[in-house]
Amino acid sequence: MVNEVLFWVVAIITVTGSLSLLFARKGAHIAMSIVTVMCGLAAAYVGLGAPFLGVVQIVVYTGAVMMLFLFVLMLVGVDQRESLKETIKGQRWIALVGAGGIALLLISVIGRVELTSSDQFTDGNPEEIAIELFSQYVLVMEVLGALLITAAVGALVLTHTPRLTPRRTQVELQAARILAGADPVNKPMPGVYARHNALDVPALDPEGNPIDHSVSRVLEARHQTQEGAEFRHQLADPDNPDHDAKPADAPPRDAHDRNPRQGEGESR
Amino acid sequence: MNPMNYVILAAILFSIGAAAVLLRRNAIVAFMGVELMLNAANLALVAFSRIHGELDGQIMAFFVMVVAAAEVVVGLAIIIAVFRARQTISLDEPAELKG
Amino acid sequence: MQSLIWLAIALPLASAAVLLCLGRRADAWGHWMGVAASGGAFLVGLGALIEMLGKPAEERALDTTLYTFIPGGDLHVDVGLLADPLSITFVLLITFVGTLIHVYSVAYMEHDKDRRRFFAYLNLFVAAMLLLVLADSYLLLFVGWEGVGVASYLLIGFWNYKPEYATAANKAFVVNRIGDIGLIIAMGIMFTTFGALDFATIGELAGNASTATLTAAGLALLLAACGKSAQFPLQSWLGDAMAGPTPVSALIHAATMVTAGVYLIVRSAPIFEGAPNAQVVVAIVGAITLTLGALIGMAKDDIKKALAASTMSQIGYMMLAAGLGPVGYAFAIFHLITHGFFKAGMFLGAGSVMHAMNDQVDMRRFGALKGAMVVTWVTFGLGWLAILGVPPFSGYWSKDKIIESAFVGEGWQPWVFGLTALIGAGLTAFYMSRLFFMTFHGKARWTDEVHPHESPALMTVPMIILAVGSAFLGLILATGDRFTTWLEPVTGHVEHHEPVLPVAVIVALTLILVALGAVGAWFKYGRAEVPQEAPSASLATITARNDFFQDSVNRAVFQRPGQHVTRTLVYADAAIVDGAVNKQARGWSSLGSASRKLQTGQVRSYAATMLVGLVIVIAVIVVGGL
Repeated sequence: MVNEVLFWVVAIITVTGSLSLLFARKGAHIAMSIVTVMCGLAAAYVGLGAPFLGVVQIVVYTGAVMMLFLFVLMLVGVDQRESLKETIKGQRWIALVGAGGIALLLISVIGRVELTSSDQFTDGNPEEIAIELFSQYVLVMEVLGALLITAAVGALVLTHTPRLTPRRTQVELQAARILAGADPVNKPMPGVYARHNALDVPALDPEGNPIDHSVSRVLEARHQTQEGAEFRHQLADPDNPDHDAKPADAPPRDAHDRNPRQGEGESR
Repeated sequence: MNPMNYVILAAILFSIGAAAVLLRRNAIVAFMGVELMLNAANLALVAFSRIHGELDGQIMAFFVMVVAAAEVVVGLAIIIAVFRARQTISLDEPAELKG
Repeated sequence: MQSLIWLAIALPLASAAVLLCLGRRADAWGHWMGVAASGGAFLVGLGALIEMLGKPAEERALDTTLYTFIPGGDLHVDVGLLADPLSITFVLLITFVGTLIHVYSVAYMEHDKDRRRFFAYLNLFVAAMLLLVLADSYLLLFVGWEGVGVASYLLIGFWNYKPEYATAANKAFVVNRIGDIGLIIAMGIMFTTFGALDFATIGELAGNASTATLTAAGLALLLAACGKSAQFPLQSWLGDAMAGPTPVSALIHAATMVTAGVYLIVRSAPIFEGAPNAQVVVAIVGAITLTLGALIGMAKDDIKKALAASTMSQIGYMMLAAGLGPVGYAFAIFHLITHGFFKAGMFLGAGSVMHAMNDQVDMRRFGALKGAMVVTWVTFGLGWLAILGVPPFSGYWSKDKIIESAFVGEGWQPWVFGLTALIGAGLTAFYMSRLFFMTFHGKARWTDEVHPHESPALMTVPMIILAVGSAFLGLILATGDRFTTWLEPVTGHVEHHEPVLPVAVIVALTLILVALGAVGAWFKYGRAEVPQEAPSASLATITARNDFFQDSVNRAVFQRPGQHVTRTLVYADAAIVDGAVNKQARGWSSLGSASRKLQTGQVRSYAATMLVGLVIVIAVIVVGGL
């Protein structure tokens, strides 16, 4: 006999999980709840004496199909939230009435049927299913194989985009970058080596001005850099009258505008 | 317990899937609704198989899964192709069917 | 050879096909191939003649069936060729005169860049004409009938870059179509009455049919003959047909095609035998046309148009003879043969004159050409004497017989037809002499730049041969009634009938009238000064110059009312027929526009529709307890 506890657990898991289809906003959430639904259904199959189908359900649906859904969700933008506001007039009511109506009708029909469970219960083990599949249904199997191949090729054709322009080589990319005004040599290394063996201090140009883009952007974003200007007087010529003074012309660190980084790869 | 309860569960899941197809504008979510409807049918098939004590229902459910897999592959490829062309997968956008 | 007579058709047809298909590649030798094809057809015909002469008279006809043309239920038509004395006579006329004209054309068309195409059309014409005369059924005859129509159309419009020439071709085509309808109606009547279309069956069964049926068939055949032979009232196209090159006028519009109507009447003798009224109508049409043609010929200054009017008039003679019944059939064909020779010769002479005069056709600018063109003058002169009916030249033997036959009969008919024919002879003498004197005698009225000269040998030799024929053919064929005896198997033996006037009186009257006409013409156009411009003239002359206003009459009587009818029909079609259809279409279209609104383009709406439909279907099943 069918386990009653299992039924109720499965029923609650699947119905709540599938309700997310109607109410959840994020695609990833929905996909994960459907995965749960699929797992619940797999459990139900096992409970109904179809362990092979239960395993196939896990492998095909949770393992392959729903993962494919997730991939596509990632591809088209996972963080797209969908507004649940209805745009077509009356659509929501039609949908609810239609869905409710079909549920009521189906349940009423099912309720009228008196079917008692057969006692000749065959455990749906893989061997019996295999015998059925490859004897009685072998032609269907072949046709399904052809269908799968066709679907695979069809998907390839559908997602294939022909290249419209020739592929750009490394040399062409470099030439384009130089034309756009990028620095032809390496970026200067950060650090004022006399005082600080550090990545958080900008390098100084020969005139003692700090070179801002010598410091990693990551450190700047974390506000973990130090200004280069404060080291200037210590490095300058001792004969200089302004030897000890802070350079008046050095603007404050915050107002220092960033070097334009046009033509660099990471800005794209 | 009577396995007919599973059939009722299948009917409920089917209705929820249908409502999702009608209500959601995101093509992927609507597509998941379709998958849920297919699975509800599978559940009913398996339940009937249990009731009758025959394996045919399970075989049929298995075939449904295979066909559904093929359908998912092609359907998702179409969604990707549409997304590439329109930068959106909203079902309300492609109103070129308008008469 | 008689059973191989199909070769006579096949040779020119194949030549025409080759010339048309090869295109410019055949330019260099195409004309000689055309001549050879026509000559070959003549040899075939000559062989058939020799074979026939070797047989007794009643066994000479041979009907060869080539294949089944239409095996359709009640209508069974074979392609069969009938080689009997009548058709062989025509074959020889067509191929002999045709070959001579082919040779003539080699020189005449020498400077035309489309000479190959011209020969292709000429060959096509010869093939179609031979099919017409050799056919053993009306249906096959009709094929040839249409074939010569097409060839005539193509050749009249040969220089179709001149709009008026193209119009002339169209005019000939359209008028001929009217005649063709007559032939089609006649075939329909014959098929319903006799259930067959071949001459043999119809000849057997004609006696059984009612007079009314035969009269209807005969009148329809007469309409066909009028169209093809330019007889009143369908005569208007022949004058304009002179737009074609002169050899075409000589071959098609003088010697052969235009006589097809006479052939049709004679061939349909069994029909006319049973329909005396139709016969009388034929004779009346012939009489009207011969007078009309003669009057028009008297007024025309265009040499070719004058000759065309003369052709009309002479065919009128033949029609008149054919309308007299068995008495006249043989003479109609006899005159047809002699006329084919002398008229073709005169047309070739006219072409030679035009050749010398820079393609001018106005006789008022000719004159005194006898010195410059001796051969043309002599050959034309022989043709002139022949058409006048001066003994012993050809025309005398044939035309005089027709005039004599016209006087045979009872009641009013011999007097009307006979006197018309008699006076026509005088008119003929006048206008032909006028043409001859204005062209070759008198003072030179040439335009400044022309320098007349004799044509090359290729042109003069055919003219000489035709002139010899014009001079002696009638004598040869008439001696001992050879020709009438030869045709007897077809036209039937006729006991000699005595005319209402003594024969000697008729001959004498004819010769006197001819002499009067010729002498009158000599005084007016030979000796006296001919003005270079046409002088203002009496109403009668103007009427004749304008072809008795045939075009205006046609326009007023047929074209205008026809236009009104078609316009009304077009309007009715647009308003009623199209209107109903359009209204209905508009209704459906607006229904479609209304239902289009259901098509929102929203996929989810469609899905909702599907679901609601599903719910309804299930509800019906459940509630209905199905």
